Amino acid sequence: MVNSVKAVALALLAVAAVAAAAQAPDPNLARSLAATCANCHGTGGASQGGTESLAGMPKDTMLRKIQEFKTGNKPATIMHQLSRGYTDEQIALIAGWFAEQKVSK
Amino acid sequence: MSTQRREFLKTSAAGLGTVAALTLPGCATMGGGASGKVVIVGGGYGGATAAKYIRMWSNGGIDVAVIEPNPEFISCPMSNLVLGGSKDLAFLTVSYDNLSRRHGVKVVRDTAAAIDTEKRIVKLAGGNELPYDRLILSPGIDFMWDKVPGLDNADAQSRVLHAWKAGPQTVALRKQLEAMPDGGVYVLSIPVAPYRCPPGPYERACQVAWYFKRVKPKAKVLILDGNGDVTSKGPLFKKAWAEEYKGIVEYRGNYVLTDVYVAAKTAKFEVQYEVKADVMNFVPPQRAGAIARSAGVVTANDRWCDVDFLTFESVKVRNVHVLGDAIQIAAGMPKSGHMANQHAKVCAAAVVALLAGQPPNPTPVLNNTCYSMITDKDSIHVCSVHQWDKDKKTVLPVPGAGGVSTAMSELEGNYAFAWAKNIWADTLA
Repeated sequence: MVNSVKAVALALLAVAAVAAAAQAPDPNLARSLAATCANCHGTGGASQGGTESLAGMPKDTMLRKIQEFKTGNKPATIMHQLSRGYTDEQIALIAGWFAEQKVSK
Repeated sequence: MSTQRREFLKTSAAGLGTVAALTLPGCATMGGGASGKVVIVGGGYGGATAAKYIRMWSNGGIDVAVIEPNPEFISCPMSNLVLGGSKDLAFLTVSYDNLSRRHGVKVVRDTAAAIDTEKRIVKLAGGNELPYDRLILSPGIDFMWDKVPGLDNADAQSRVLHAWKAGPQTVALRKQLEAMPDGGVYVLSIPVAPYRCPPGPYERACQVAWYFKRVKPKAKVLILDGNGDVTSKGPLFKKAWAEEYKGIVEYRGNYVLTDVYVAAKTAKFEVQYEVKADVMNFVPPQRAGAIARSAGVVTANDRWCDVDFLTFESVKVRNVHVLGDAIQIAAGMPKSGHMANQHAKVCAAAVVALLAGQPPNPTPVLNNTCYSMITDKDSIHVCSVHQWDKDKKTVLPVPGAGGVSTAMSELEGNYAFAWAKNIWADTLA
């Protein structure tokens, strides 16, 4: 009986440990979120043309632009719809990551 | 055995040792330190993107081989412009050179013939065998010819074209349209969803109509849709047919095709009378590419592959990931090239983390952006953002986000071409 209680307790601990590991913040979250923008804005935010380059854009500038897209204050064809799919926390991570990228010439 | 092949095996053995070491907690940081061997089957939007991003995000630590039979990448998105005649095949074609030169991906021009998921080996048609720590299948679609007896042979398939994989078929269908007399009828048969690129057939109808309007004003486009109604951007396409292509395009829903009489260019349907065409374009029902079957990862309706959306690992076979059109899609997720690229990035991040002994990102995000060209210059879009839902354990479209164009415009046409240029570079350069 005691043994089986111990076994159950250990099993629960193991489950908790796995759950904790799954919930730990991903050190690469900002990078991975920013990569969802690359289809249109270029790998690392270096646009191949026709869309804005995001690499090296100051964080505040991007945060302001995205907020304007989200509220509808900035006219857009598509960015008002896409920006609303990301949380403010995710936008902050994305903006921070692009701000740190080198501007390609 | 080639030198390259011997190198490959050597690094593989070394890689396995390093992986084992790195599974100890605290060893790995920031995805660096990941090593091992990844084999990717298919160099389309999914496979090529996964290859590039795994190399980038592992700082070159993970060996990546892509198995692809075609010498160059040819994009399906934008390929309807070749049918309209405003672009040629060269416009859609991108070299694989940058994948190997800039990113160190081994591009193997061969076909995966079989997969041994116990021994973790991919057997190539050319005879070589590639071992893997993790396998990524991005095989695209195969056509279910068995559903259409009259087309279940190579000769018939060379005459009634699908052009649903961009390349020689695209050029051949363009030639059929050029040879068709003014006053002729082009029939486009669409399968019941899900199929590759939901708005693709309706864009194709627009591009063929754009050509007819200028060159063959008496010719008609007849869309016979297996679905009850237009499956994507419905009001926008219907407006284009009613206005831009008035008198040229006719749409009929619920036309489920059952057979084609090739010589008579006649299609047979479940319910309606037979329809005769001057040019018959049949988009067949589809399922995951055959190699997925060999790996045992086809789990949904004997057609598609169920995956864990945190990693894109098969729900059935460990260490085998599936990307792109071959997967059983989540709710509201289209089978598109853009989406395959986004699958690949979630998968790449997860594979790099797992091979470094770290857990995958618990909150992946994907988006889709899809432009459809109405004329040679004007476009419309549909877009969506998909976030992880921890209760439902899948990715779901964010309510209130995404949407479609208000109207077709040249501005969106410019963005469509910018999209193409950027995604081709993001996937392959």
